[in-house]
Amino acid sequence: MLFPSALGPEILVTGVHKRINDAFQVFDHDLNKTVDVREIGAIVRSLGCFPTEAELLDIIDEVEEPNGFICFERFLPTMSKILMENKFRPIPEDTLLKAFEVLDQQKKGHLEPNELTEYMRQGDEPFTQLEMEEMLSSAVEPDSNLIYYKDFVNMMVLDGER
Amino acid sequence: FEGFICFLSMRAALLIQRWYRQYVARLEMRRRCTWNIFQSIEYAGEQDQIKLYNFFGYLMEHFTPASSERSLISHIFRENDVVHDTEWERYFCYKSIEVSHGYHGPHLTFPMTFCEASKLVEAFKHKQLLHSRYVLQLLGEAWKLLRILPNINHVSTCHSKEITICGDLHGQLEDLLLVFYKNGLPSSEKPYVFNGDFVDRGKSSMEILLILFAFLLVYPNGVHLNRGNHEDHIVNLRYGFTKEVLGKYRVHGKKILKLLQKMFSWLPLATVIDGKVLVVHGGISDTTDLNVIARMERHKVNHSAEPSEPVRRFPDPSLRTPKNSLIFGLTGLFCPSAPLSVCPSVPLSICTQSLQELRRLVSSSSSSDEDDDDADDDGGSDPQPRTPERDEWKQMVDLLWSDPMAQDGCQPNQVRGGGCYWGPDVTEEVLGRHHLQLLIRSHECKQDGYEFCHNRRVLTLFSASNYYEVGSNRGAYYQSSQTCRTLTLRQSIGRTERSALCALREQLFAHKSDLLGAFQHYDPDNTGVISLKHWASAMEGVLKLGLPWRVLRSQLGTSTQDGMLDYREWIQDLLSNASILETMYRNHSNLETIFRIIDTDHSGSLSFEEFRQTWKLLSAHLKTEVDDDAIADLALSIDFNKDGSIDINEFMEAFRLVALAVPS
Repeated sequence: MLFPSALGPEILVTGVHKRINDAFQVFDHDLNKTVDVREIGAIVRSLGCFPTEAELLDIIDEVEEPNGFICFERFLPTMSKILMENKFRPIPEDTLLKAFEVLDQQKKGHLEPNELTEYMRQGDEPFTQLEMEEMLSSAVEPDSNLIYYKDFVNMMVLDGER
Repeated sequence: FEGFICFLSMRAALLIQRWYRQYVARLEMRRRCTWNIFQSIEYAGEQDQIKLYNFFGYLMEHFTPASSERSLISHIFRENDVVHDTEWERYFCYKSIEVSHGYHGPHLTFPMTFCEASKLVEAFKHKQLLHSRYVLQLLGEAWKLLRILPNINHVSTCHSKEITICGDLHGQLEDLLLVFYKNGLPSSEKPYVFNGDFVDRGKSSMEILLILFAFLLVYPNGVHLNRGNHEDHIVNLRYGFTKEVLGKYRVHGKKILKLLQKMFSWLPLATVIDGKVLVVHGGISDTTDLNVIARMERHKVNHSAEPSEPVRRFPDPSLRTPKNSLIFGLTGLFCPSAPLSVCPSVPLSICTQSLQELRRLVSSSSSSDEDDDDADDDGGSDPQPRTPERDEWKQMVDLLWSDPMAQDGCQPNQVRGGGCYWGPDVTEEVLGRHHLQLLIRSHECKQDGYEFCHNRRVLTLFSASNYYEVGSNRGAYYQSSQTCRTLTLRQSIGRTERSALCALREQLFAHKSDLLGAFQHYDPDNTGVISLKHWASAMEGVLKLGLPWRVLRSQLGTSTQDGMLDYREWIQDLLSNASILETMYRNHSNLETIFRIIDTDHSGSLSFEEFRQTWKLLSAHLKTEVDDDAIADLALSIDFNKDGSIDINEFMEAFRLVALAVPS
């Protein structure tokens, strides 16, 4: 990571700390610097990281308290390290599009819902029923009942950028 | 080759999964931020409400005016224990009210039957208004019934085999109708528990009450009502129910409101189902004791006012003080950083302190010694000296105002200004002590309409959908015989977000000059720019909403150059469309509430004398001197339409003008 010339490394670290603190704060309901362990996925991802579920579990292992919470003091150094090292890099948009194209073996330009479901519900970290339903509800074009993945990718990218 | 394709597909699928989960997480972040905005603004409003009440309480206790002025305040709060119920029944009698031929709404006959009650539901579906004669008649009958109900409803499902529980409705008739549509109307075979907060905010609070009371009359064993913190006439002044009633019933509205005030105090406090499930509106605390609750005289406990200490400061035998009189506590009535002064030469700042600290200050004559941690073995939630009166009051407030928290323990609920935050250990202890298995409560809006916590021993149910904005949340009701069912109403993040930001922008506008001042503080050399870090500090320092400003900044249009923000330009852009006057808006809801409290006969205007007395009291609270002539002049100049009285708009305008007179 390159440091801008005007700022020293300390300033950069402070910026990172601030970002982590802000994201953490959003889920800290009782304002006591702890969050429920189930929110960690949302926090880590909202900071721009793209971990797998397994990688997320590793993070949780490192920082979780016995009572099922995560306190900020332990989370901050772990998360700072992740951000500074740029682990779990973002997936660029065109890579995502290519991934869909790989699934679309017949090059139709679209996928059927059950095709996508089959893919998403297999592997080491399959989608849950709920995740699948949610994805289909935003991905499937209602009139044709097909997934035009190029449009879908565009929509997700735009949405996410806001 | 096929194996390779398969391998590629697996890789592609994994990638898509990873990407999609990231996308969902970012949406969740946005949703949560939006949520926090609404909640913080709402809770700030609730806290204000309590502060307002505290203010009047303080005046009652500490102000030594001439007796006439004192009587104004006591007149506002007098509980009228002197007048017996039969006299009240005469006052509320409907018989003299004629129904004209022009009335096209429903005609009710009594005694109430299932047919009559369903007829009422149909009529409300068609947006008809029930005539005030029938309103008073229906309410009068229901009041008689409420007075014989116990504090805690004990319900058994051995016959009906099921029971349905509805959370906060807040005047949203459509949601109640939807529940009835999906689940059926109440009956002995289809019992319901309605868990408080029937009124305020929504437009049909009156209709909801009428329906609930009608079914209560038909099936007293099938309909169970729990009181919520909004079933309180002072809260109603602020949150819209009073306004709704006076608007719908111009001639008899005041009478109806008075009757409802009494009925609210007679609403039961809790329901226990099959000896296993406790249903209350807010929640519990570490001191909750259902036996104490069962024994109290609930209609005499004024839950939104804290009982005073046993030592009376101003003994006044001629003054009949209510049994549970008012709160101690000096609090800032207006926004903390707003200098507000009647005499321009004396700028004031009003400090806001937490309710607890203030109680400490004012009750310094008592011997209770408190640390900052409030680590009393007396019970972490209540550092005050205990009396039976106070015990009862606390039991009720805890039931109606508390919220669960994730951490163990029990502490005062400072966000709301009343009740506690209670933890999972308290849940276990209290449920265990009473041999209960589950606590169902409402009081907090949840995105999906419901939420379990404390190892699924506590369930929060909220039935008013789209509470903050269309798409902000679903409503839910609970059926004991099945798992939770949610009403499927669409959520739309974008729309809710816009609405939250709009509400936030209004707050920003109300504090515009304070914000500018705070920004300038970070820009001593007057360069016109500040860092984002300073921007965030300034925002939180002024608004005190506890929001993650840096996360929100992109939606607030803060673009920066080299990490520095041109704050003047930012404020300009953000607030360029606002047409609301700053100070007036900031205090809008407080002022309106004060107005309605002073306007005891609900006439919609204050006499000059009432205005003068109010002003004197306020200035005593604000520790300024103001002479009668100055007030008289002010009153005259405020009466813009010269009709000899001051209406709500003129009242608000008065405060705006005063604030403008302060040198900046």
